[in-house]
Parts: sequence; C-alpha cells; structure tokens
Amino acid sequence: MPQITYIENNGTEHQVELPLGATLMEGAVQNDIKGIVAECGGSCMCATCHVYIDDKFLDLLPEMEEEEDEMLDGANAERRENSRLGCQVRISKQLDGIIVRIPEKQ
Amino acid sequence: MKQKVVIIGTGHGGIQAASSLREEGFEGEIVLISDEKEMPYQKPPLSKGFLQDKQTEDAILFRSVNFYQNNNIDLRLGAKVCKIEPNNCQISLENGEIISYNFLIIATGTSNRKLIIDGKLVENVYFLRNLVDAKNIQQKLKESQNIVVIGGGFIGLELAALSIEKGKNVTVIEAQSRLMERVLPAIVSNVFYETHQQNGVRILLQTAIENITTNEVILKNGENIKADLILAGIGVIPETSLASEAGIACENGVLVNEFQQTNFSNIYAIGDCANHFNAFANKNLRLESVQNAVDQAKVAVNHILGKPQPYHTVPWFWTNQYHLKLQMAGINSDYDETHFRGDIEGQKFSVFYYKNQKLVAVDSLNRPADHLAARKLIQNGISPTFEQVADLALKFGELCC
Ligand SMILES: Cc1cc2nc3c(=O)[nH]c(=O)nc-3n(C[C@H](O)[C@H](O)[C@H](O)COP(=O)(O)OP(=O)(O)OC[C@H]3O[C@@H](n4cnc5c(N)ncnc54)[C@H](O)[C@@H]3O)c2cc1C
Ligand code: FES
Repeated sequence: MPQITYIENNGTEHQVELPLGATLMEGAVQNDIKGIVAECGGSCMCATCHVYIDDKFLDLLPEMEEEEDEMLDGANAERRENSRLGCQVRISKQLDGIIVRIPEKQ
Repeated sequence: MKQKVVIIGTGHGGIQAASSLREEGFEGEIVLISDEKEMPYQKPPLSKGFLQDKQTEDAILFRSVNFYQNNNIDLRLGAKVCKIEPNNCQISLENGEIISYNFLIIATGTSNRKLIIDGKLVENVYFLRNLVDAKNIQQKLKESQNIVVIGGGFIGLELAALSIEKGKNVTVIEAQSRLMERVLPAIVSNVFYETHQQNGVRILLQTAIENITTNEVILKNGENIKADLILAGIGVIPETSLASEAGIACENGVLVNEFQQTNFSNIYAIGDCANHFNAFANKNLRLESVQNAVDQAKVAVNHILGKPQPYHTVPWFWTNQYHLKLQMAGINSDYDETHFRGDIEGQKFSVFYYKNQKLVAVDSLNRPADHLAARKLIQNGISPTFEQVADLALKFGELCC
C-alpha cells in the first residue's frame, strides 16, 4: 500500500499506509490527523479538507476539476500553487511517498 | 472531583461534541452512547456515495476505530437510553445500567415519518435514515428493476438519481406542485425536474396515492405503477420522547437557548432534535443539517467548559444529483426580492435572496465559489448591491474580508 506522510500545522508528522483508491481526506480522517475537518464527507462541498501537496508530486495528481478549483478559492487558509482538496485526490501507486501538509485553518 | 459528560447519539452532533471536549482540553469522563451497533459513521453519504457504490462503509466512518480509546472516550454502541432523570442527574440504559452525569448532551436526531394511507400504516416501504436502512436498500436495489420513490425531497431525489444511474425504471411521486417545494424557488426546482426527466425518471407531481400493495402503487387517478421496491422520504420527526418524558420542554424538538441549554441548565440538546431561535431565519426552528449539528455541538461544549459563545452561524446545506450540485446558505423562507448571478440556461447560477435590501440567503447551483462567499457575506451582514450580484467580474472575496 502506498505510504503517505501527513504533516500537521504544528509540525507533527504521521506516516500512514493507505489503500489504493482511498482519498487523502479519508486517509487523514481515519488516522485521526488533526486539521482536516471534512464536514461534507467528501462531496466537494465544504472546502474543509484543504491540503498542500509536496511539489515533487504535483504533476502526478489527478487533474483538478473546475468545481474543486472554485472551492479552493473560497478555502479559509491561503490558497497556494500546491493547494488541493483532500477529498478529490485518490491514492494511486504513483503517489507512494507523497508528503501532505495541513494548513493552519479550514 | 472529575466532571462527567454523557452524550446520547453518535451522529454529527454527538461525535463533534465528544471530539471538541477533548480538543478543548476537557479532562473528565466522556460517555458516548448510541443505540446503533456500527462504529459511528456519517449519514449524508448514505444517499450519495455509499448507495452509488463509490464510498465503502469504512470510508464514511467519522474517525478511526482507535480514536475513541486513544481519546479516552467511553463509546457504548448498541445501547439504547430509555430514561433521563434530570433531578438525579442520571440516565438508564435498556439493559438496566444507570449512568450518572454532571452534564448531559442530547443529540438523538430524528426518525422518519412513516407512511400512513387511510389511517393505516404501510409496511412494505423502505426508508433511509441509518446504515442498516442503507444496506437493506442496497440489497433490494440489486434485486429490483422497478423503483417507486414517494416524496420529491432531497433524500428521495438523491435516491431517484442514483437508481436511474444504475439502470432502473424510476418513478417519483410528489404531492406538491414542484420538487423540493418547501425549500426551493421554482427557478431552481425546475432545473432538477428537467434534469431528472432527461435522465429518464418519471416524475408525477400533485399526485396522491390510493393504496399500496406488495408490488404496486395505486394512484388516486386510477393508474397502477409496478414497484419491486418502494422508497419513501416524506419527512422526519424529532426524537424527543426521552426528553419529553423527563419533563424537558419540547415543542417540535427539544427547546434550547442560545447556548443549547434546555430548561435544565446541565442538559443540552443539539443538532436535528434541537428547536432553537435562529437569528438568520429570525424565528424558532429545527435544522436538519451537518452544519447545524456540528456548530451546535461546539456551542454546547464551550458552554460546559465555561467559555460561553452563543450559537450564531449561517445555516448551510447541500444536495448532489447527477451533475447538479446545489449549495444553500442562509434561510430563504422570508424574502421580498431575488437577484441572479451566472448562467441560468447553463445550469450554473446563484439566487440571492433579500429582505428589506439585506442579503438573507443564497442558493448556488454549480457555483461553489458563490456559496462559500455567500456564507461569509451573510455571516458578516454584508449585502452586495444588485449590480454587484450580477457582475461576474466581481469577486465577492474582495467584499467580505
Ligand atoms: C440519507 C441522508 C442524507 C443526508 N444528506 C445531507 C446532506 O447532504 N447535507 C446535510 O447537511 N445533511 C444531510 N443529512 C442530514 C444530516 O445527516 C443530519 O442533519 C445529521 O446527521 C444530524 O446529526 P445529529 O447528531 O443531530 O443526529 P443524527 O445523525 O440523526 O444522530 C442521532 C443518533 O442518536 C441515536 N439515538 C436516538 N435515540 C437514542 C436513544 N434513545 N439511545 C441511544 N441512541 C439514540 C440514533 O440512533 C442516531 O445514531 C442527511 C441525512 C440522511 C439520513
Ligand atoms: S470533504 Fe468537503 S470538500 Fe472535501
């Protein structure tokens, strides 16, 4: 299973393994990583699963749909080049080793 | 002496209350009780990702299986609370166990309104409220080709959409003259009507049911509709029997103040079962939404921890059907003017509702950025001008913060 490193805003690191097809949001919630709220449960409706992706992996991510793009504009923490909604990124083999940072607020 | 908080219900409200207590540093005991047997899970995906077979049971859990133990939360599953004794500060479980509390949080949600025709309870109808219901429906969907959905509200229509996407024959029967009439204006509900029809759902409006047999729905107009599976979403009733039997004041829900307190100061009610004064609706009501359950949980917890902050958050809600994503901010029940933003033909627009020129609500169809901005605008009491609403070049972000 691909290995994911989540880094909470206070610097705490969590290394977890996620099954293929799980989303970064699900992985965070089910491993009790702080700072991912995911109020809408992954419907791309709340923008409270905002994460920053390690630059090395940016090109390997699934394309961003228009609605994710629009939701990110309204996220509560600063939107950066490497911002994604965790519920819209599914784990693939290529993402093994990915580092995901959690913003200071959702 | 360590304090003890007992929470009844493990929906969005109960889980948020338990989590927030720990996050805010509460060191006392937490007992979290549910009559459901499953690890706590989220309900909204049941009528979406779960029954679409896109989200597994594990994917909709609130937290990991270890979360409760790691956070010293005494999770009691399959345990029904059958009595609250406010004067003794204790509750009883069905198995006879008595649990005392310093603070009690009631987060018992709602149950489905049953279908009654001619004074008789109709038996062979499936309702969707919890995971057990969802699994039953999942199984029945596999075996059925002709599906009838009674009630054109959010859950009924989500079920209709996912059934037709599975290649079933689907009929929706609605008594009112429009879909989701109670909560949506014609311009929005018509988009849903057309989209369902284009996808092959037969929608019968202003239609009354005469009778239901094991495999047929018989309409008052004489038509018989074949049905291998009948699903119904015809509203809910708040789960207040525990509270009212205990002398806790109830009226369409458990009555609470702005800190979620009931008429007993150490008993709180939150979420779907709580009837509160909502400043954004300017009236007393119950809301059935994730937002309301989560935010009221935080209000109750802060009050318990001696950091009172009244409930004052813009209500919001969403529904997904096909490519249609509808997000609602504020309460659109009382308005005197509407203005539009976006492309109505293209099914990508928002309706801005004003009352006395003040923005009170925004419904956004496939315009998620409008929705997030609307929540901030309404929360902060900012009302864009009508020109600004129509001006797509304007980013609302610049107005709100
Ligand atoms: C199919 C479906 C789709 C939905 N879609 C959306 C959506 O898209 N967006 C949205 O915002 N909201 C949606 N909702 C509503 C949302 O799920 C609720 O608003 C939310 O779950 C309310 O949380 P709650 O904690 O108040 O109550 P609930 O989640 O209803 O939890 C109450 C719990 O208390 C338990 N309980 C009750 N009585 C007792 C007792 N005596 N002893 C022990 N336990 C008891 C119940 O079994 C239940 O588990 C949907 C709901 C359903 C059913
Ligand atoms: S969980 Fe709500 S947008 Fe991702």
